[in-house]
Amino acid sequence: MSALTIADQAFTSRLIVGSARFPDPKTMRDSLRASGAEMVTVAIRRANLTGKDGEDILSYLKEDNFFLLPNTAGCYTAKEAVTTARLAREALGTNWIKLEVIGDDETLFPDVPELLKAAEQLLLDDFIVLPYTNDDPITCRKLSDMGCAAVMPLGAPIGSGMGIRNPYNLRIIREQVDVPVIVDAGVGTASDAAIAMELGMDAVLMNSAISQARHPVQMAGAMRKAIEAGRAAFEAGRMPRRLYASASSPMGGRIEVSGTDE
Amino acid sequence: MKLTINGEEVETDTETLSTLLQKFDMSGSEKGIAVAVNDTVITRDQWNSYQLNSDDHIEIIRATQGG
Repeated sequence: MSALTIADQAFTSRLIVGSARFPDPKTMRDSLRASGAEMVTVAIRRANLTGKDGEDILSYLKEDNFFLLPNTAGCYTAKEAVTTARLAREALGTNWIKLEVIGDDETLFPDVPELLKAAEQLLLDDFIVLPYTNDDPITCRKLSDMGCAAVMPLGAPIGSGMGIRNPYNLRIIREQVDVPVIVDAGVGTASDAAIAMELGMDAVLMNSAISQARHPVQMAGAMRKAIEAGRAAFEAGRMPRRLYASASSPMGGRIEVSGTDE
Repeated sequence: MKLTINGEEVETDTETLSTLLQKFDMSGSEKGIAVAVNDTVITRDQWNSYQLNSDDHIEIIRATQGG
């Protein structure tokens, strides 16, 4: 399987995993390890100033040497997202940002004008921008042309587990942009991840599909295999589809039987 | 003076950012935290000298679990 390269950084795993909504820190840790992912997303939130913040998730992630990708989840305006990205850069010492600018809290669909505005500002600020976006080829092309290091169209709404709802748009996006295309959100189970990879997507970012599974560690292992299988199948090149049958055993050399049924 | 810290109004006589952060057991060596004053990020190397003013809006953040 070929490596994934984003902004000159090579990754052997094509699975990117979120660190949220796990039942407990140990399950998170075991799941992230089982997923084989190298890149893990984190959020930026107000520190709890009145007491401890609970277990120090960050130290677990650092101990395991994950490449941390902070996000701007929960931002509704370009201004909020830009400030959050700058705080993330200061907190984690990385200029990589998963850019999310949300339109409303029911669909969590991106607000495209605000997303484009935030991306432009962050690129001027020397960030490596990975935007979570609609599965719209024009928006993806604009983000790519602007200089984003990847585009991350949604497969289905965040946390919905509805799978790849618009495979045809994803294929068009893959053909239209030169940067990696990462399906972000919507994957519910292993076959969804494999489908994304078979469509030629460069990677899949998921969180709930693993953390909300009945057995997250087991699902993380399943996702790892699905991503690998899907990518391998894409690289192998599938057979053409045919409407009618085409025998796989040779037709020549068949035996002849005389007479009819008894 | 009156400050707004993470959305809460606080009355304090603290003058620099680093002494304010010390009150919350935070130091410049701690990883995963960052501070913005009036929407501008104040880098760690400025915490010691950064003077706070009345009515400043301060956001103190931490990197945490996210998707």
